[in-house]
Amino acid sequence: MSPRHRAFAGTALIAIALAVLPLVVGNTLGNTWVRVLDYALLYIILALGLNIVVGFAGLLDLGYIAFYAVGAYLYALLASPHFGLHWPAWAILPLGALVAGFFGVLLGAPTLRLRGDYLAIVTLGFGEIIRIFLNNLNQPVNITNGPKGIARIDAIGVAGHPLAKPLEAFGVTFPGVTLYYYLFVLLAIAIVFVGIRLQDSRIGRAWVAIREDEIAAKACGINTRNVKLLAFAMGASFGGVAGGLFAGFQEFVSPESFGLLESIMVLCMVVLGGMGHIPGVILGGLLLTLLPEAFRYGAGPLQQAAFGRVLLDPESLRMLLFGIALILVMLYRPAGLWPEARHRREFAEKK
Amino acid sequence: MGDCQPIIPAVDIFLQQIFNGLTLGSIYALVALGYTMVYGIMGLINFAHGEVVMIGALTALATAKALLAAGVPPPLVLLLALLVATLVCMALGAAIERVAYRPLRNAPRLAPLITAIGVSIVLQQVAMLVWGRNYHSVPQLLPAGSYEILGAQITEVQLIIMAVAASTMLGLMQLVNRTRLGRAMRATSESPAIAALMGVDANRIIMLTFVIGSGLGALAGVMVSANYGIAHYHMGFLLGLKAFTAAVLGGIGNLAGAMVGGLLLGIIEALGAGYIGDLTGGVLGSNYQDVFAFFVLIVVLIFRPSGLMGEKVAERA
Repeated sequence: MSPRHRAFAGTALIAIALAVLPLVVGNTLGNTWVRVLDYALLYIILALGLNIVVGFAGLLDLGYIAFYAVGAYLYALLASPHFGLHWPAWAILPLGALVAGFFGVLLGAPTLRLRGDYLAIVTLGFGEIIRIFLNNLNQPVNITNGPKGIARIDAIGVAGHPLAKPLEAFGVTFPGVTLYYYLFVLLAIAIVFVGIRLQDSRIGRAWVAIREDEIAAKACGINTRNVKLLAFAMGASFGGVAGGLFAGFQEFVSPESFGLLESIMVLCMVVLGGMGHIPGVILGGLLLTLLPEAFRYGAGPLQQAAFGRVLLDPESLRMLLFGIALILVMLYRPAGLWPEARHRREFAEKK
Repeated sequence: MGDCQPIIPAVDIFLQQIFNGLTLGSIYALVALGYTMVYGIMGLINFAHGEVVMIGALTALATAKALLAAGVPPPLVLLLALLVATLVCMALGAAIERVAYRPLRNAPRLAPLITAIGVSIVLQQVAMLVWGRNYHSVPQLLPAGSYEILGAQITEVQLIIMAVAASTMLGLMQLVNRTRLGRAMRATSESPAIAALMGVDANRIIMLTFVIGSGLGALAGVMVSANYGIAHYHMGFLLGLKAFTAAVLGGIGNLAGAMVGGLLLGIIEALGAGYIGDLTGGVLGSNYQDVFAFFVLIVVLIFRPSGLMGEKVAERA
């Protein structure tokens, strides 16, 4: 087989595997796990967006979840009984990308001069401010419905069929979670494609140049201000789309879903997987959504079997192991689990 | 408050907010010292410091409860609880430095930040496993009296907090500016390599910095739980964030700056929460209190990234 054929066969195999996966999982482990896969895909989309900001451009953003929140609340407000609006998802999602991108510029513009830790703290503050506003904007005019959140959001519809409803086709019944899975997979593939094209483009190289040495990049004629703003805007708009999908999928949003811990979680997917390396980020996203879920179901029964009773609350045990994993991975693989070849070389040189 | 007087800030309410702000600010300042000392010496944000404060508060609480149950007189209980909490936090600070930061001293800046986040998650979960999710009420060990000044109340607890914070800070200034250890700390923060050539053991100095900062954190933890009367496993996060803001506001790396920043932030928060309702015609309420800290942080970093009293450090970040 020629390399071209081999690449084609590989792609076809991956496509078939991705298409069959939810059916297999749904029939063996149950639809709960298909739902977990859906969340994993959402997180992957988020992580790929953050990867542009942190991985490519090297700007440490600890408030990334704010853009996710913006996208989610936009969807919730425009497609729920809260305001009586029922826009179609395909109108809201691009709008969500635009609005979140605008917020990205809003955050990026004043913070351009800051670097490293300072930027991290400012973005963290920004994320918290957005969350506090979402929590309190139910008076004097009720916009966000406060801590109660917005419920009964319209499901995302494709060709007139709301994805939350099962669909009969080819003699098989596809449950809602599976339909969402297909939508998310397609979007994730599109975003991976955009990410790869960006990475190899002029802009992508400019981002890496800024990450490696901002002054040198400037000296090479890169307009660092615009290029950094672009990174913020792009990353934010990915987050906005993911947020809209999340709102439509979950049919409920509340400020609780957009805390600092979520930002940290997404950042950890990027950093643990391998900053700036798209396959690494996907791996990070998968690991950090699937493992904790597996743990949630496994930890209680396992303890029961080993000690005869549940010694430690599985939820905090899960977080505890997450914290320990963060420390260990950083100590032993500071470039991440699956780093980019160039990154790996840099780390090797430094030693 | 019910009558429709024109908006002239009443002296007593204003003074009350100032007292509250100064108390809160003293606590922020003590916690901010922990951040600023570590940042000054190694240019690292010790993200886990807020959780050290929380562990200090809960350890002191547990000790105090055990001693009270054993019939030890209250003043002694307070001292012993403080002592135990300080020792525990100092050991914790040393351990964190050794495990999570020292191996990464030459790694890219993101790596220690992630381990710091890891450490704070671990500390929070450990605290939750040990002390549970509940809010614990703190036994009354300090005198409960209060004085009235121009119509405003100031409690003895508040006075004690301010006095202890002020004297601790003075002591710390003496330590850093007058003693041999302080000189070694300043030298290490200038340049670890050159300090090492002069016979300073940089590892030891950095660890001691963590130990002192964590000890101050324990003291602050006891104060904050005495002030609010409660302690819980999640108290460290927001406190740490605000104290960090205070450190940045004053100029991170600068001890006097941490104190000024802490007091200023406390007053801004108290006045902000007290008056935001009047200022915005009731549109925004005191539930926006937590926004002020972040807002101040963002404004300071944009317009004066080196803080009020700091040298130019933004380039180092």
